[in-house]
Amino acid sequence: MNLGMNFTSSSSSWKSNDKASDQFPAGLRVLVVDDDPTCLRILEKMLRNCLYEVTKCNRAEIALNLLRDNKNGYDVVLSDVHMPDMDGFKLLELVGLEMDLPVLMMSADDSMDVVLKGVTHGACDYLIKPVRMEALKNIWQHVVRKKKHEWKEKDFEQSGSFEEGEKCQKPLEDVDYSSSANEGNWRGSKKRKDEEDESEDRDDTSQLKKPRVVWSVELHQQFVNAVNQLGIDKAVPKKILELMNVPGLTRENVASHLQKFRLYLRRLSGASPHQNALNNSFMGPSDPTFLNGLDFQALATSGQIPPQSLATLQAATLGRSTSKSTIPVALVDQRNIFSFENPQQRNNNSKQVNLLHGIPTNMDSKQLANLQQSAYMSRSNSVPSHMVQPQPRTQLLNDIAGTRVSRNGIDFSRSNSEISVSKNVVPNYDVYNEINQNRNQDWTLQNVGSTYGSSLHVGPDVLRPVLVEPGFTSKGQSSLPVKSLGIDQQFNSSLADNSLRVKAEMGFENGLYSGHFGQDDLMSAILKQQEGMGPVGNEFGFDGYHLDNLPV
Amino acid sequence: MQKQLAKMKQSLFDQGYLDEQFIQLEELQDDANPNFVEEVVTLYYRDSVRLVQNIEQALEKNPLDFAKLDSYMHQFKGSSSSFGAKKVKTECTQFRDHCRAGNADGCKRTFQELKKEYATLKKKLEVYFQFARQAGPVEKACRPK
Repeated sequence: MNLGMNFTSSSSSWKSNDKASDQFPAGLRVLVVDDDPTCLRILEKMLRNCLYEVTKCNRAEIALNLLRDNKNGYDVVLSDVHMPDMDGFKLLELVGLEMDLPVLMMSADDSMDVVLKGVTHGACDYLIKPVRMEALKNIWQHVVRKKKHEWKEKDFEQSGSFEEGEKCQKPLEDVDYSSSANEGNWRGSKKRKDEEDESEDRDDTSQLKKPRVVWSVELHQQFVNAVNQLGIDKAVPKKILELMNVPGLTRENVASHLQKFRLYLRRLSGASPHQNALNNSFMGPSDPTFLNGLDFQALATSGQIPPQSLATLQAATLGRSTSKSTIPVALVDQRNIFSFENPQQRNNNSKQVNLLHGIPTNMDSKQLANLQQSAYMSRSNSVPSHMVQPQPRTQLLNDIAGTRVSRNGIDFSRSNSEISVSKNVVPNYDVYNEINQNRNQDWTLQNVGSTYGSSLHVGPDVLRPVLVEPGFTSKGQSSLPVKSLGIDQQFNSSLADNSLRVKAEMGFENGLYSGHFGQDDLMSAILKQQEGMGPVGNEFGFDGYHLDNLPV
Repeated sequence: MQKQLAKMKQSLFDQGYLDEQFIQLEELQDDANPNFVEEVVTLYYRDSVRLVQNIEQALEKNPLDFAKLDSYMHQFKGSSSSFGAKKVKTECTQFRDHCRAGNADGCKRTFQELKKEYATLKKKLEVYFQFARQAGPVEKACRPK
């Protein structure tokens, strides 16, 4: 019979990190949670044999209490997925949020959607039961990895030495990151350092483990409001943070989110056939991406896409996962963005990315349904508020054009510190033609398929002017009805493949220009774009990745 | 004595009652925990009684709640596979397939099989562990050929 409270605490749980690190990984403090006593006993023994310090408990609530009572008492958490009192994924999220510890999931269930769910919720790893010794022996790597990122953040601010200094030697641009999905968050914040004034924030955060922020709909809305209020030019993380006034939110959180936001916008408006680049930027696992939701809406609201195509696309992209309630998003290995769920996409170019690889989603089937619904709704033009209003769109396009034009001058090299880029983007109002011409041009954000870090920093400011207009304006303007989707509906996930996005762009622009391309024209243009998406040259001096270099 | 024990173990493997996971557990045994595997198996049979009962009760309902049954069986499978109960595990998988197919008869039939395997394994392991105690703690786990 299952006993109620069943946990043993190793005697030296509270010993200092210093001592433990001497014999690392021995002494690693593991908290293992599993409701099955047989499994729990086995795991405990195995972990002890690995010379770890093991605390076991059979209830998630107990585990949380243990963790809360002793914030620095554990290095890593091992949790079963199916537990009676709390879903393992929920525990995973809470631990990540509150304690920011690496969490590994375990289950006998090895079906892909569950594993994906683990990844998207930010699990460091997913072990299939029955768990073997070999799998447990290496769990320390997740601790190191996480610590390394925190130290890197510290390192930037302080020039002091660290305990495990060698781990901090990697340059800031280092984008080599592991299969662990939750590092993007740190990288994002880190990269923004050059631009932002962060010293005051650094001090408080450097000592603490930052809880990971979950960008809920409300939170994102606040963010967007703040950004709009400031104006895209002035929307710096510090000010946004002040405006948002959310307790516990740090400037880094905002910075990283802002970065993604900008990239999203740029992708949406700019890189029409070459969405891929921006896809990667959103691989930050636990950070929500609003991309796909908006994307979808853009697509829908453009009104140019024939309903069948939209439906087909939706079905195709969604269909991969419709049988499950979670969107199959991504891979453990963020780099490997293409391999996973590309099958039935219409893209000839199979390298086109599913945007949300590695991105955790809170989207469940309900939200998905909403997504579909609102997309359809918009499509039918029944809700005017969802439609892009001509004037904003005009401006949007102008801005896009402007930014495009100016973008040529931007250094798109992969030195990712180049956030400061185009502060002087001037909307160019005469560039419709250029947009038109550029449409089929092979300009691209070359970061497709690249690792997370590099993709992030390709002149995010380019999109600044754009920011005001599209869906993110929350107050009823709603060019893109992001509201209806909710920010959590980041997922086009498998949805978001390029064809979808291309159409979004196409529709968007088309809507503005002529207003009424025939459906056939549109389709053929889209298809042409897709085909033309092949090798994209280094037009902007990227030394980024080419599409064709992407691992498939 | 040791030889006999090894033979016994070999036969359990050959007949498909146990799999690799059992060896994993044996490898965990040391001086401090010489009877670790026996301990685990005992724990399993004690704990799973409750689960078996739950499943039996659920199988008597009409109509069957397949989702619930599947969930029980998932637990059962996890438990059983954790120490290498191969045949039991197979029956669990079979049961879950029936659940997903909504096959009530299949579930009931399979569950009977499962109980049989479950009981058989218990007996065999009891004998084995008895032998193991008598044979002495010396022998380290060795993989069957």
